[in-house]
Amino acid sequence: MSQTDHIGKGPNRVDGPLKVSGTAHYAGEFNVPNLAYGYVVNSPIAKGKVVQVHADEVLALPGVLAVYSHENVPHLAWFDRSYKDLLAPGGSPFRPLHSPDITFNQQPVALVMAETFELARYAAALLRVDYEQEKHETNLETKRTEGYLPGGGKLGYAPPPPPRGNPEKAWKNADQKIEAEYTHGAQHHNPMELFTSTVEWLGKDKITVYDKTQGVFNVQRYLTGVFGLSKDNCRVVSQFMGGGFGSGLRPQYSVFMATLAALELKRSVRVTLTRQQMFSIGHRPNTLQFVKLATNPDGSLASLQHHALHETSLFEDYTENVVNWSGMQYQCDNVKLGYQLAQLDVYSPQDMRAPGAATGNPGIEIAMDEMAYAAGLDPLEFRFRNYAERDQNVDKPFSSKKLRECYREGAAKFGWDKRPLEPRSMREGHLLTGWGMAGGVWDAMQMPSRASARITADGRLLVLSGAGENGAGTYTIMTQIAAETLGLPLEAVTFELGDTDQPQAPLQGGSWTAASVGTAVKNACDALGEKLLKLAQKQKDSPLKDADYDEVEFVNGQLRLRRDPDRAVVLRDLLQASGVTQVEAESTALPNMLKQNGYSLHSHNAVFAEVQVDEDLGTVRVTRVVNAVAAGRILNRKTARSQVLGGVVWGLSMALMEETIMDHKFGRYVNHNYAEYHIPVNADMPHIDVLFVHEDDDIVNPLGVKGIGEVGMLGVTAAIANAIFHATGKRVRDLPIMLDKLL
Amino acid sequence: MYPFTYSRATDVADAVRDKAGHGASAYLGGGTNLIDLMKYNVEQPAHLVNVAKLPLDKIEDLPDGGLRLGATATNADTAWNEQVKARYPMLNQAILAGASPQLRNAATNAGNLMQRTRCYYFYDIETPCNKREPGSGCSAIGGYNRIHAILGASEACIATHPSDMCVALAALAPTVRVSGPNGERSIAFEDFHRLPGDQPQYDNILAEGELITSLDLPEKGFAKNFTYLKLRDRHSYAFALVSVAVGLELEGNTITDARLALGGVAHKPWRDKSAEQLLKGQPATAETFGRVAAHVVANAVGQGSNDFKIELARRAIVRALQQATEGRQRATDAFLNSNP
Ligand SMILES: Cc1cc2nc3c(=O)[nH]c(=O)nc-3n(C[C@H](O)[C@H](O)[C@H](O)COP(=O)(O)OP(=O)(O)OC[C@H]3O[C@@H](n4cnc5c(N)ncnc54)[C@H](O)[C@@H]3O)c2cc1C
Ligand code: SF4
Repeated sequence: MSQTDHIGKGPNRVDGPLKVSGTAHYAGEFNVPNLAYGYVVNSPIAKGKVVQVHADEVLALPGVLAVYSHENVPHLAWFDRSYKDLLAPGGSPFRPLHSPDITFNQQPVALVMAETFELARYAAALLRVDYEQEKHETNLETKRTEGYLPGGGKLGYAPPPPPRGNPEKAWKNADQKIEAEYTHGAQHHNPMELFTSTVEWLGKDKITVYDKTQGVFNVQRYLTGVFGLSKDNCRVVSQFMGGGFGSGLRPQYSVFMATLAALELKRSVRVTLTRQQMFSIGHRPNTLQFVKLATNPDGSLASLQHHALHETSLFEDYTENVVNWSGMQYQCDNVKLGYQLAQLDVYSPQDMRAPGAATGNPGIEIAMDEMAYAAGLDPLEFRFRNYAERDQNVDKPFSSKKLRECYREGAAKFGWDKRPLEPRSMREGHLLTGWGMAGGVWDAMQMPSRASARITADGRLLVLSGAGENGAGTYTIMTQIAAETLGLPLEAVTFELGDTDQPQAPLQGGSWTAASVGTAVKNACDALGEKLLKLAQKQKDSPLKDADYDEVEFVNGQLRLRRDPDRAVVLRDLLQASGVTQVEAESTALPNMLKQNGYSLHSHNAVFAEVQVDEDLGTVRVTRVVNAVAAGRILNRKTARSQVLGGVVWGLSMALMEETIMDHKFGRYVNHNYAEYHIPVNADMPHIDVLFVHEDDDIVNPLGVKGIGEVGMLGVTAAIANAIFHATGKRVRDLPIMLDKLL
Repeated sequence: MYPFTYSRATDVADAVRDKAGHGASAYLGGGTNLIDLMKYNVEQPAHLVNVAKLPLDKIEDLPDGGLRLGATATNADTAWNEQVKARYPMLNQAILAGASPQLRNAATNAGNLMQRTRCYYFYDIETPCNKREPGSGCSAIGGYNRIHAILGASEACIATHPSDMCVALAALAPTVRVSGPNGERSIAFEDFHRLPGDQPQYDNILAEGELITSLDLPEKGFAKNFTYLKLRDRHSYAFALVSVAVGLELEGNTITDARLALGGVAHKPWRDKSAEQLLKGQPATAETFGRVAAHVVANAVGQGSNDFKIELARRAIVRALQQATEGRQRATDAFLNSNP
């Protein structure tokens, strides 16, 4: 066994020591000299106009440097195109401080700049802004019949597939059928770290932007577009994030504000949002879902219809794939999927962990549980009877699909076979126990990505790719891939990311980073490997003289012939003997369309949950969760498990407590703080078993990885909701299931 | 946050003098509530007198058999005090059901009494609120009011007092000792907090400049048959939707003395003395509990999103009385109250 086999093991995070010792620098921790501080003022109304900003009053305070609003913002880019970031949906992107018009509550209307943060905050509190208020509408219920088809997609959006068969007729003719409506409220990402941008002024319209973002290149694109900077003069850096969950995919107004002020004041600037302002930067949309299912007498699905309607802003058609997966999750010949938007006076929603799927999955998976009960079938058995061997949406086979194994291994670990079908049949005093299950699907995607690799004479390898890292473990898995490809110990490898000076990488989202950046890293290391082989072959009496690259391997610090490992050179000796200071290579990884085109590429999981419900008081405790995941090759068992643990936390949160409450009178979120926006604490967490089902897949990408960040969340919410039904006999279709819904 | 000056008091007299010497000023305990409110611009004191380090942090026996809880003793030190654990376990449980360990380590007993409502609108200066700005209106009425009052509310304000500790205190009935510009006085706990009426800006009857120095618990601690039951939206680190503190004395199966107080339902910790009278002399049975619970919520009024609290409170009272009778607070609460 070689010591440089790293993939699939569970090494600790390579960036862990930096984080726990406070030496990992986050966007708000770059203390460049002569910083000025900004504080954003937000609108208290949801719709109307800013009539006047009384800036002069606060400018009189010593130390206040400037007040920026639509009244005095300098001429910026004119066309929408310049404001469109890589993830902008159809419509017109929001332009901060652009016009007096207010289109959502908490819209930023002014930026106050001062010598200290405290002074900026104080001056912001004093700043008088006059508004003219107009009637707003923030209630999705009022738009039930006003849904429309989105006017344009965004990266990753696919309209639902066309209907197949005759679903409505099949539903009408069936004896066993259900029809139900599911809802959940808005949610905000709420990463622990607040959005912060530190913009370092380097003179003459040249800046370095330390931002909290999941995509430095996206921020660079946005800032160069809006402010007319050249790329060379606008470096964006984001090496660490205290969580993102999608909130850092699009440039936030904090980075706009900080850049604006830096360019105007010709000085370095920091702008930090407050927790309250973290509720003004995009959210998982409030959604209504309508599902109709019917079965044939043998328990096979006769009809499947899933329709979703969610909110968007007045200016952008935010889209996500809510219903598409429902058409491929189960075998069914009569399917209709629908997806519509409704405009409200709110900010544009934004991708939030497992966007679309986290919404649609509970819809279809609670409905499947309802259908199983209507048909008198065990919910797991029902899923086996409707197992999809092919993706009927696109009529293609799966590149790999080990969902059956997820069901089986998960059920075995959980003890599902001992489950009585009848609800309310496990009771201990006033506690009712229930068992529920559900499954999930997520796309296995790969985006174009670049990486470079450089080895120095001391045998150290430096790998670069401008990817994002929001805490998922990217530093670690890329280090593993690079080290294994070139046969080095982990300690000899440094992987760096999050800098526009590095080779371009995609946004960090969609669970595609491992596949995309991982493949680029592997390719760059292989390209470097080929150079090293050539170097070796130049040596006198090289033992590798006529070898091709695919005949050699890098193991334990050696480059050697696969079929005759004694014919080897020690890498470090080679570098020193050849007298080079370093060898470098760069490479691009593109998805292999030729190979992938004939297949549907997805990860899957199955979740089993146990709850206890206090019958009198309605309180719910989740006591056990088993999450069995098939996501191709697992690069790092430890960080992958952590991703799935986090997914369970998220799914539980959505099932039981998480919701941003809108007061429609004000068109304003009311629980915009950590005390009242509830997400689970340790005391809420059950025992969690994470199983990774073995899955080989050489079609998705050369590494065989599918990504794990989103799929781990799926199934959890529905499994808990289904377990609550099994415990109590009450079917709650409006998430989150707080105790009053069970009284 | 507005600029302010700051001083640290050396003794009680110094604190009272210092505060009186400044206009808009406030005492500062652990700061876990006041500083938040200052950041939100809800409170704007121009001067802070830090009283957290005053020598008022002792917990000591009183000659009458009671126990004195110093005003600046932390919530954590109070909960874990051996005397409190042994003689007033209901108080121990109530404190531990609140907030988080970090907050309890910082929060003082006086600060806990004085903490302000968690009403969403009170916290958001962009919305009208009679408590924050008398006469501006109450946004919670007709708004989102899940955490609001069902008992004793007024047309001006439907806020609740958020404390857990104070619910147990309401049941245990200590005396609040205060010191102010006009000398010292003692206030019965039940008189300390007030109902909103048409002056919701006042949470309690403390006069301007008065400093809380201690809470004096009477001897009777209901250490055998008690419960503190807290129902909330997650298992820790959330304020009570409804909480119930119960202390019983039993002879055989007959209730000889009873205390019953509710949290999360009113502008003040809600002790119901008439319910206590109804319990006295009665058998500790489900029938009695049901009758008393119905009595407590008989005049309850829902406001929309908190309608469920009426039924929840009724059921919680029954459960709390059962638990107290059976003397099995801890075992049952392992399910509901996971703190610490
Ligand atoms: C996120 C969060 C969750 C919480 N959850 C809960 C919970 O579940 N249950 C619960 O009960 N509590 C909870 N709390 C509230 C917490 O208990 C209070 O914040 C704390 O008790 C206040 O004490 P303090 O010493 O920090 O007060 P401070 O914040 O210092 O002061 C609060 C008020 O008391 C006044 N004051 C302080 N000392 C004196 C004195 N000696 N005399 C007169 N006035 C004085 C101050 O002027 C101020 O008006 C929570 C708080 C937070 C922030
Ligand atoms: S309930 Fe009281 S605190 Fe809340 S908005 Fe109304 S007046 Fe203000």
